[in-house]
Amino acid sequence: MTVRVQEADFDLSSEIAAMRRGRPEIGAIAAFIGLVRDVNAGEAVAELMLEHYPAMTQKALEAIVAQTKQQWKLDAVRVIHRVGRLRPSDQIVLVAVAGSHRGEAFQACEFIMDYLKTQAPFWKQEQTPAGTRWVEARASDALAAERWKKT
Amino acid sequence: MALTVLYFARLRETLGVAREEIALTPQVSSVAMLLDHLRGRGGDWQAALAPSQPFRVAVNQDMANVATALRDGDEVALFPPVTGG
Repeated sequence: MTVRVQEADFDLSSEIAAMRRGRPEIGAIAAFIGLVRDVNAGEAVAELMLEHYPAMTQKALEAIVAQTKQQWKLDAVRVIHRVGRLRPSDQIVLVAVAGSHRGEAFQACEFIMDYLKTQAPFWKQEQTPAGTRWVEARASDALAAERWKKT
Repeated sequence: MALTVLYFARLRETLGVAREEIALTPQVSSVAMLLDHLRGRGGDWQAALAPSQPFRVAVNQDMANVATALRDGDEVALFPPVTGG
């Protein structure tokens, strides 16, 4: 398991290569990348500031990954989340999951993102033409995390 | 009973404080009681930490709730619902 919280950008190919190296048992890798959009709630976004709770962030992400590994048999998991100042089109988050087959890789990848969205202590602040504003949590994110509890 | 209380994002801006050390009587033994104490400051504190507000709480870097017990030396964090990813 690799979990990193960093200001620097990341490269998908190098991360996947590092996950796969020396692991011929891996048959499937699913990866998700979240990006900064140039518009949100009807307003142009010039810049995004990602604040976090440093002492808790790593711990919260590791707990989510540990929970994921209890539910699916996985060979490797990699989560990278950026903090600090970001611009439209920048990468924000990478979740990559490796397993024997696609089923668990797809599901575990989505599960990690759904829990990250509701459990990991990050907050986005946007710069728009109207000024600076905090991004509101979406009810749909809470529902997305909730649905995994029904299975 | 000494606690470190941290505030993040909009809550930090509204309350104008990022971190404080609070000394309380040992009777303050849960998150709910700490919140009552903070609301007792009135004004923004009462409004921003009203039970109807959707803020979250963590104790020693784990997600917690109003029923969570507090011990001397705990780190309590108060923040808005998270918006990462």
